[in-house]
Amino acid sequence: MSATTRVIPMSRDTASSTREWRVLARRLARRRTAIFGLAVVALVVATALVAPWLSMFDPIEQSIGDRLKPPAWRDDAGRVHLLGTDHLGRDLFARVVFGARPALLVGLAAVLISGLLGMVAGLVSGYFGGWVDDVLMRLADIQLAFPFILLAIAVIGVLGPSLTTIIAVIGVSSWVVYARVVRGAVLTLRECEFVQAALALGSTDRRVVLRHILPNTLTPWLVVATLDMARVIVIESALSFLGLGVQPPTPTWGGMLADGRVYISTAWWLATFPGLAILVTVLGINLFGDGLRDTLDPRLKV
Amino acid sequence: MKGYLARRALQSVLVLLGISFVVFFILHLTGDPALVLLPPDASAEDVRKFREAMGFNDPFLVQYGRFLKGALHGDFGQSVRHGEPAFGLVMERMPATFELSGAALLIAVSLAIPAGIVSAVRRNSALDYISTVVALLGQSMPTFWLGIMLILLFSVQFHLLPSSGHGTFQHLILPAITLGLFTTARITRLTRSGMLEVLNQDYIRTARAKGFGDRLVVWKHALKNAAIPVVTIVGIELGTLLGGSVITETIFAWPGVGRLSVQAIYNRDYPVVQAAVFLLASTFVVVNLIVDLLYAYLDPRIRLQ
Repeated sequence: MSATTRVIPMSRDTASSTREWRVLARRLARRRTAIFGLAVVALVVATALVAPWLSMFDPIEQSIGDRLKPPAWRDDAGRVHLLGTDHLGRDLFARVVFGARPALLVGLAAVLISGLLGMVAGLVSGYFGGWVDDVLMRLADIQLAFPFILLAIAVIGVLGPSLTTIIAVIGVSSWVVYARVVRGAVLTLRECEFVQAALALGSTDRRVVLRHILPNTLTPWLVVATLDMARVIVIESALSFLGLGVQPPTPTWGGMLADGRVYISTAWWLATFPGLAILVTVLGINLFGDGLRDTLDPRLKV
Repeated sequence: MKGYLARRALQSVLVLLGISFVVFFILHLTGDPALVLLPPDASAEDVRKFREAMGFNDPFLVQYGRFLKGALHGDFGQSVRHGEPAFGLVMERMPATFELSGAALLIAVSLAIPAGIVSAVRRNSALDYISTVVALLGQSMPTFWLGIMLILLFSVQFHLLPSSGHGTFQHLILPAITLGLFTTARITRLTRSGMLEVLNQDYIRTARAKGFGDRLVVWKHALKNAAIPVVTIVGIELGTLLGGSVITETIFAWPGVGRLSVQAIYNRDYPVVQAAVFLLASTFVVVNLIVDLLYAYLDPRIRLQ
């Protein structure tokens, strides 16, 4: 008895499950760093959404006469370029603000794809076991053996860089962590009394997995998804940095850093600010993710 | 132990086979490897001849068999750009990549483990606070940005260290710090949480109750047990380092496999890309096999499972 009461049984009564989530939300709200992280993420998301209204400059409009001007530089019309201009005279602030869009888009889409794949693989692997489990876990080993960035750039090099290719490549190759965590949860849940009871009452495998097991794997899945989003955003910027991400003239943080690296000895601001944008975004997600993990599933090793 | 060894070795062979298939498949992603390898302005006649010469008209599995046989003999074909065997080009640059990854791992382990232990033992102290914040920043910072900022500070501003190249100890410092920071952060956090968990165990209380000094309890009783997950992560992190070297080598013009493969991708020199991906991934598999075996040797619980 005592071994199984540890897992929170998910009842079909929606009222009590909303209460469950509300309790967790309240516990999360007491973690100051997590709330700070959430606020940072919300700020970045808001920035991406209202980007055109935040800056009076067009992020891709060039003005060669005004190239490489330092932060807080005032142009002839009296307009202030808060973060200066780049090597083509484009306003750096506008570019940093607009750069949040591809980063978040790739982050969200890739996490959804890999999260879904990993969830399915984890459920199947954990519930059915046997050779299916063996095959899926060996596939996971193969996946993990690849130096990720190298594999990604090789594949993108062949297929040609585009938003969809990047999302697909990152999405398809990041399922392993989800699968492992979900599988682990399923292995414990499968032995639980409420699952055994459902099986004894004649529920089909499909029903047991979808109704009784899946809802209980959502919390560890959510933690992994949050922390993985941080990783994906860094990878997206790394790919753009190597010229294999979303293509110019769309402003990307990684692409800006690649430009900034060329002008490092004359224009420090070009490489500094886009990197700070990545750092702040990823830090916010990590803080929130850590708080989420400590609240929902402190023993989860991710 | 023998059974465990055989099982792990067999698993590694399966993983290597899988890797070889993925590496082979990279060229077939678009459906036509000839178009991937030839320049876009090749005539239809050239494409046809090339296909014939390379055997791209053979059944898929026959082609894979041929690739696998070649790979086992260290034959990945000729580099399109350099006209030399791709295998040799990659192997020539392996030592530089190992040098960089090794230095990064050394920095990570020698900083992270003491930092993690101090953090856990003096929980909530100023030292714990600093190391936690640094670790969090290190985990959130993109490698390539850190590299550029270090160049900005130490090369451009103060002229203390070279910003690119290879050869002397000074050349190694910035790239190794850049590559090692993420791993340092991860190992610090893992050591801290591992130590915290162990320090709450009954046998630690028993040891303290017996009157053993703090130092003996921490270094002997606690660390030995907290080290187990850390050893595993060191093996896994080596993969991160080998992969991360792609970007670090590009920034610092380090003459290793990572930079070679990025250039090869830009030049559409796929035999070199295939050789590089295959050899780096295989290195990772072999290192992990060795780590696992060491681990099973050190911890009897693993091999009895």
